[in-house]
Amino acid sequence: MIRLSPKLSQKFSYLILFLATTLAITPVIVIIFIIVKNGMSVINWEFLASMPKNGMRDGGVLPAIVGTFVIVTCTIILTLPTGLCAAIYLNEYARDNIFARVIKLGILNLAGVPSVVYGLFGFGIFVMFLKLGVSIIAGALTLSIMELPVIITTSRNALNSVPYSFREASWALGVSRWQTIRHIVLPNALPGIMTGAVLSIARISGETAPILFTAAAFYVPHLPHSIFDQVMTLPYHLYIISTQIPNMPNNIIFGTALILLVMVLAISFVAIFVRIYFRKHRKW
Amino acid sequence: MRKIVDTIIEKIIFLCGISSVIFVILIFSFLFIESFVFFKDFSIIKFITGRYWYPDSKLALFGIFSLLVGSFLVTLGACLIAVPISIMTALYISEVASKNVRDILKSLVELMVAIPSVVIGFIGMIVLVPCVKKLFNIPTGLTAFSGSVMLAFMAMPTIVTISEDAIRSVPWQYKEGALALGATKWQTMRWIVLKTARPGIIAATMLGIGRVIGETMTVIMITGNSSRIPHSIFEPVRTMTAVIATEIGETVNGSMHYKALFSIGLVLFLITFLINFVADLFLEKNKNK
Repeated sequence: MIRLSPKLSQKFSYLILFLATTLAITPVIVIIFIIVKNGMSVINWEFLASMPKNGMRDGGVLPAIVGTFVIVTCTIILTLPTGLCAAIYLNEYARDNIFARVIKLGILNLAGVPSVVYGLFGFGIFVMFLKLGVSIIAGALTLSIMELPVIITTSRNALNSVPYSFREASWALGVSRWQTIRHIVLPNALPGIMTGAVLSIARISGETAPILFTAAAFYVPHLPHSIFDQVMTLPYHLYIISTQIPNMPNNIIFGTALILLVMVLAISFVAIFVRIYFRKHRKW
Repeated sequence: MRKIVDTIIEKIIFLCGISSVIFVILIFSFLFIESFVFFKDFSIIKFITGRYWYPDSKLALFGIFSLLVGSFLVTLGACLIAVPISIMTALYISEVASKNVRDILKSLVELMVAIPSVVIGFIGMIVLVPCVKKLFNIPTGLTAFSGSVMLAFMAMPTIVTISEDAIRSVPWQYKEGALALGATKWQTMRWIVLKTARPGIIAATMLGIGRVIGETMTVIMITGNSSRIPHSIFEPVRTMTAVIATEIGETVNGSMHYKALFSIGLVLFLITFLINFVADLFLEKNKNK
């Protein structure tokens, strides 16, 4: 075996590390490139704003876009207040004892449960047991439990980043604990909470497994009327047209994938801009 | 008045605070009860070790051994690909790259998380599966290997981000000590930084495994869904997640098949619980250095 000098071996190792890094970031660039290149051609106003026709092989994806929007809105309405309150409890009220440790373990465990198990649970409890049927509300409830640990963790980090001296100054003036949280801590933590919420929205928009049997429908000929309707969503629609329908024209699948991708990435970028903007205007 | 409002709000906040624990208990008991009823009629040993998953035949068989092998094979393959690349990437990002390059690389790695799993599955179907078929000259490209490759991409962001945190939390005194003794930067990384960050890197790997084993859509789309026990990684497999996702819609509520799927859910729940729990122990160890 040849022994390299330490300097040469450092250069050699750096090269390998660099190649590995390239390998790690190539897939995401390739995936985005392929989808944009093949999907661009079908994107026009009609594709965005019309119903699917001819057994999905023609027409647009309007109901899937609307469905995704509705289910994501319902989910965030359910999960954000609950998650935020849980974060407030953990960060502002809970003491560092066994009880807080159990809650942390609960959050950790909830975050690790596979999405399909959430789907199974949601199907069993919301669709079957509570008889909500396959509906927007059953899907949104399932998704909101799934997203809860993420919201709690990001909100908690945001609350935690507000300097402790802010609270002490407020208490010293005789302001109660809740009033301090409401008027001092929350406004200062808001940007961080918002960033977390927006990133969650992006994640929920792309989820398929939890709504597979709680909310999603193969095809609905009209837009959803109420939260008890079944609904078409973009990720599920993409799954259906790429696996279940024979002779599906490829460009429509790519177009659907592109819309889903652009939607999710655009939402993520909003979150990143919110973070950058507020980081510049922070009071501490 | 203000006091009453405060008390009510604080009660609500407390309730939300324990919500996550309530949901974990709820999910567990729900899965457990269905499974308990199932195991009264079907032996748990036959369930785990049975080679055949024939839920629809007259004498229904609910053996998940082939599914366990399928999940295990795909996960193992994904780890073999993702772990070395991710650790090297984490080292490059935290120790070699300049600050500006670091931020760009980090965002690119994290961008992968944002891509929905159906999109990844679709690209796998269109691009990877035909390639695998041609390259290895096998009858179908829908194999455990294809699943492993795509899932490796999905696990990388998790492993890179958490390993990078661990590498960065290595005290600077350790590094300067090594450098002062005449070690090169690379020798310091190799012998000091990696060793000190090991608990964090192990935790990162485990969390990556947790993500891969629970992944559903990508796996359904590109691993072929055949519940025969595979002889190699280049054969179609079926995972536990895929069975739940593809069959729950066809079952009759309360039937044996229905309960069997909840039992698979329980197995998945317990596996991921264990993985996350142990990963957390390693992360705590990393923190208490």
